[in-house]
Amino acid sequence: MVNNNQYPTVPTFPIPWPYPVAYGEETDVDADVLVLGGGLAGCFAAISAARKGLRVVLVEKSCTIHSGAAGSGIDHWMGCPANPASKVTPEHYTLQPIMRHKGGYGNVIGTYIMARDSYDALLELEQMGVKIRDTEDEFKGADFRDEATKLLFAYDYENRHCIRVWGTGMKPALYKECKRLGVKIYDRVMVTSLLTEGGRQGARVVGATGVNTRTGAFYVFRAKASVLSMATPERLWIFSSEWTGLVGRDGPPANAGNGHAMAWRAGAEFAMMERSTHEEWGGSTGIGALMFSSGSNFATWYPCSIVDANGKEIPWVRGDGTVISTLRERTHPAPGQDFFSLVLGNGEGGESSLPTLIPDLPDRIKKGEFALPLYADLPAMPEHERRAIFGLMVGQEGHTWSVYRVLTRAGFDPDRDLLQVYELGQAPVGWRRLRWGGLIHDWDLKTSLDGLYAAGQQIFDGCGASFACSTGRWAGRRAANYALKAGEPLIDRKQVETEKARVYAPVQRNSGIDWKELACGIAKVMQDYCGDTKTEELMNIGLRSLSEIADAEASSLFARNPHELMRSLEVLDILTCCEIIVHASLARKATNTWLSFERLDYPEDDPPEWRKWVTVKLQDGEVKPGELALDYYGSLQENYEAHNK
Amino acid sequence: MVEPKAYAAPNLVTPNRPVVFDPRVCTGCNWCVEVCQSDVFVPHPRKGEPPIILYPDECWYCGCCVKECPLHEKGAIQQNWPLMLRVRWKSKETGEHFRVGMPNPPPPNTRPPA
Repeated sequence: MVNNNQYPTVPTFPIPWPYPVAYGEETDVDADVLVLGGGLAGCFAAISAARKGLRVVLVEKSCTIHSGAAGSGIDHWMGCPANPASKVTPEHYTLQPIMRHKGGYGNVIGTYIMARDSYDALLELEQMGVKIRDTEDEFKGADFRDEATKLLFAYDYENRHCIRVWGTGMKPALYKECKRLGVKIYDRVMVTSLLTEGGRQGARVVGATGVNTRTGAFYVFRAKASVLSMATPERLWIFSSEWTGLVGRDGPPANAGNGHAMAWRAGAEFAMMERSTHEEWGGSTGIGALMFSSGSNFATWYPCSIVDANGKEIPWVRGDGTVISTLRERTHPAPGQDFFSLVLGNGEGGESSLPTLIPDLPDRIKKGEFALPLYADLPAMPEHERRAIFGLMVGQEGHTWSVYRVLTRAGFDPDRDLLQVYELGQAPVGWRRLRWGGLIHDWDLKTSLDGLYAAGQQIFDGCGASFACSTGRWAGRRAANYALKAGEPLIDRKQVETEKARVYAPVQRNSGIDWKELACGIAKVMQDYCGDTKTEELMNIGLRSLSEIADAEASSLFARNPHELMRSLEVLDILTCCEIIVHASLARKATNTWLSFERLDYPEDDPPEWRKWVTVKLQDGEVKPGELALDYYGSLQENYEAHNK
Repeated sequence: MVEPKAYAAPNLVTPNRPVVFDPRVCTGCNWCVEVCQSDVFVPHPRKGEPPIILYPDECWYCGCCVKECPLHEKGAIQQNWPLMLRVRWKSKETGEHFRVGMPNPPPPNTRPPA
């Protein structure tokens, strides 16, 4: 068998670069609507703009057919209270988790658009060929099945707002639909900057620049309106190239905050950038089991029973702390209690929290009540549940398409076997993840910049597949409306030339620092100076460190081919994202548990004068903090109707 | 004993074998190169041979290359989890222990997903 990586078997490195190299060669592309980032949000934005008959261009750093966090699939469609079997209203679904789990620090506009529209988006996916119902009646009679629609539900079987789906086909279906509608797709093109009118920070966005990650060729995209739909940056606090997937866990290696960085440089305004959470599962940050490939009771594996080494079941508790003993209680609220849901990046939500394992489990293990290791007890689950968890969900969620195959090929049988639980314990000090800070927007999902719309993880508190699809769909239509009325976009040539010089600098050097060392160094600064606890002095040293690195080491970054150039430009964007985070964290001078934000020098938790969004943006090259009322969204129904055009 | 040889070469990146190609089955169509999120592969300089895994350290094990391979059922390409990803399980009835990648593995479970 060939192993391409063992010396001296074929080939001997270095080999000639396999693609024609075209550094600096320029292609001009014109569009009415330019979509930047081709994940779920970007594809839906492109489709909804193209359906209005406009010329749509989609630019994707990876490959649209399988790019993005959902590139290989998703298994449940959260935030879908508008489906016919749901017992929750979209208004209640929107406000309850944000008020109870996030203390009001959530994106009400985006969440409400999801709550109202995600079922329609799902039906569109079904028309594109994605399976969303149990058409073969494999789950007939299951407690989580709606017999009329054949929809299958997850978590709260009573209130039915989250749908189990066969999601591995989503990206290929969206890609095909984009093609069918004439969306012009530029794959393997990394967008490097937004172009603004007159090259001015804060002015109307009139296009973008890009570089091909295989050839190094340059692109200038000119557009009347743009939709930014890239992902939240990963590997800011945690990086090692020796861990799998560049430390990708639920975000692919491509998620380097390019959209955040380019919007920042263009002068767009951000919220929630100070919110990061301590990495929950140290063992799965690329150094342990893949997400959902080991025993669990979380998300895809909900509501699987967990047992200790001797087969003793770990008890569950409801959100209000009541210990529960039956499977039914894990999937139905108590009589008179509100619905429950998985709230991504959640805080404590009281009775509306998802039932979970007893919170004092680590202590009880230490006292000897339960013996390690723990196992997921699929054999103890009823057949429908076991088949839904392992046969449907694990077969569809992200990289679990291959998890199903690797485990079954190795002989694992969910009917008989107990799969070990690895996700216990805490990550090291300072290992954090940015949790959903992003662009501020209005009810049209327009950002603070004219001509720039945003969707999915690009907007603050944006996460999840149905959120991405619904907001992408909404933003694409509004961007199209804008493009229909907008004047001709004028590109500022000087801005293009400046960007070109920035982009190609790493390939003009043949020594200096490589992207991996730079990434490790930046992560260390974030751990040390913007980690679990923050003070003014620490963060000022952090800012100074980042600025020194930008001026010194990052200015000696070198790349030997277009792929390394992409990784190098990514790390420069990561550096920019880290600067945004430290600026936002300095601007909020108050601890805030809802935002997982601890200031040792301002210990009072969430004082009334700080109950607001702290915003940051660049203006004339200077950081400008600002503020915005938490309830700037106004009336849900009125605004939704007024802007649903 | 085969005469050991010595080469001067940089350390390998690890993990370095996210997938295994079977060159007897793989036709070198390079579709996996096109659908890889991270652009881990490059086409082999010799037409018809399996792609080169140029950036194995950038693989996040999404499995799209395997799923999209027209010959994956015949083993043209297989996912190869690195050692730290090879999880363990045990039989509920007998307590016998297993893991991904163990020697003398149990027979595969051939039930397809739902």
